[in-house]
Amino acid sequence: MIDKFVPDVAAALAGIADGSVILLAGFGNGMPEALMEGLVAQGARDLTLVANSGGRDDGPVAELLGSGRVRRLVCSFVRAASVAGRQFAAGKLELEIVPQGTLAERIRAAGAGVQGFYTPTGADTLLAEGRETRVINGRNCLLEYPLQGDVALIDAWEADRWGNLTHRESARNYNPVMAMAARLTIVQTRHVVSLGDIPPEHVHTSGVFVHRVVHVPA
Amino acid sequence: MTFKPLDRAGIAARIARDIPEGWFVNLGIGIPTGVSDYVPLYREVIFHSENGVIGAGPAPDADRVDPYLLNAGTQHITLRTGGSFVHHADSFAIARGGHLDLCVLGAFEVAENGDLANWARSQDEPVKQVGGAMDLAIGAKRLWVAMEHNTKANGESRIRLACSYPLTAKGVVRRVYTDIAVLDVTPRGFVVRDMVPGLTRQELQERSEAELYWA
Repeated sequence: MIDKFVPDVAAALAGIADGSVILLAGFGNGMPEALMEGLVAQGARDLTLVANSGGRDDGPVAELLGSGRVRRLVCSFVRAASVAGRQFAAGKLELEIVPQGTLAERIRAAGAGVQGFYTPTGADTLLAEGRETRVINGRNCLLEYPLQGDVALIDAWEADRWGNLTHRESARNYNPVMAMAARLTIVQTRHVVSLGDIPPEHVHTSGVFVHRVVHVPA
Repeated sequence: MTFKPLDRAGIAARIARDIPEGWFVNLGIGIPTGVSDYVPLYREVIFHSENGVIGAGPAPDADRVDPYLLNAGTQHITLRTGGSFVHHADSFAIARGGHLDLCVLGAFEVAENGDLANWARSQDEPVKQVGGAMDLAIGAKRLWVAMEHNTKANGESRIRLACSYPLTAKGVVRRVYTDIAVLDVTPRGFVVRDMVPGLTRQELQERSEAELYWA
């Protein structure tokens, strides 16, 4: 019997190694906050964190950054007045800024096995300096590589024991694509449902992409 | 005769007048966010938000806030009947893939060749704020800009011969709505479509670095 549920957050995060690339879903909502708090306690170091933004002054991203265990942050923007902004200014954090659509597509490419793609996004900007560009269909395009995670931290509204997921409203955001792009995909879900309770047409993220699920009620 | 510049809400309202029923539209953060307040619900315009919302509606009443429903500025919104959600990669496929009829962005500067600068104020700004602007700028069928015509600090023109700030994208802006005028970007350069009442052509030109043309 396939059963991806684990008893608690510590079990969900067990074995995350130093040096891991962590894909963290969320955009205002849809962030697996209990898993992020658990990662602070779990203790892995020298992490690369991939997320939409560098977060604010409080919250789970700030807390993990504040623990000093993130070496590198890959995201689409960083607020100057935030833990990430100050750590970067002080030379304590490496930063790779990626246009948001390119970030999502690099993650999607990793999950889809695409080894690179050309996009017009950013091709005529500072971000293209020193990088490979090519004119395709008359448009200048920039070569982008996939962004593979070791671990994806995912938020769900409902999950069954196969790891089939739904995401509520705009809390979907990065969750389905990040779930596909990591070697170990860990989910926190608000609700547990029986296998078959989610109508097959309404599964947002298939359980085949999911490895561990922990129930985190409200 | 003197003239009165539009305030930020006034610019948003002016833009809303020009959005027809049926368009699929993304509104950037800043002045553009306010545009949807001036598109009446009976005019069916579908608003996209980069975090995967199709059919974003107005802010909810305080007692009906839904924590799972935000726009790209992380403000609480509602979903119009008929609206739907997609994941982030599909949401940016919408932006990049030419599916938006219109995107309205704020800007620091627009050049007469349509270059857009709206993400950094200098080459070596330490902390970068790209967000989704570059994807939206290169992808939408039409890109309009909402901004003040001149800087608050020293009145410098944001309507430029060439952008002085780092580019977001090259040659992408079709139209600019400022607090005093509406300008189309054409192969000739900026063509004035509209001005606030009382403003003279000479006054508008004096406030603009680029040469203006009249349709």
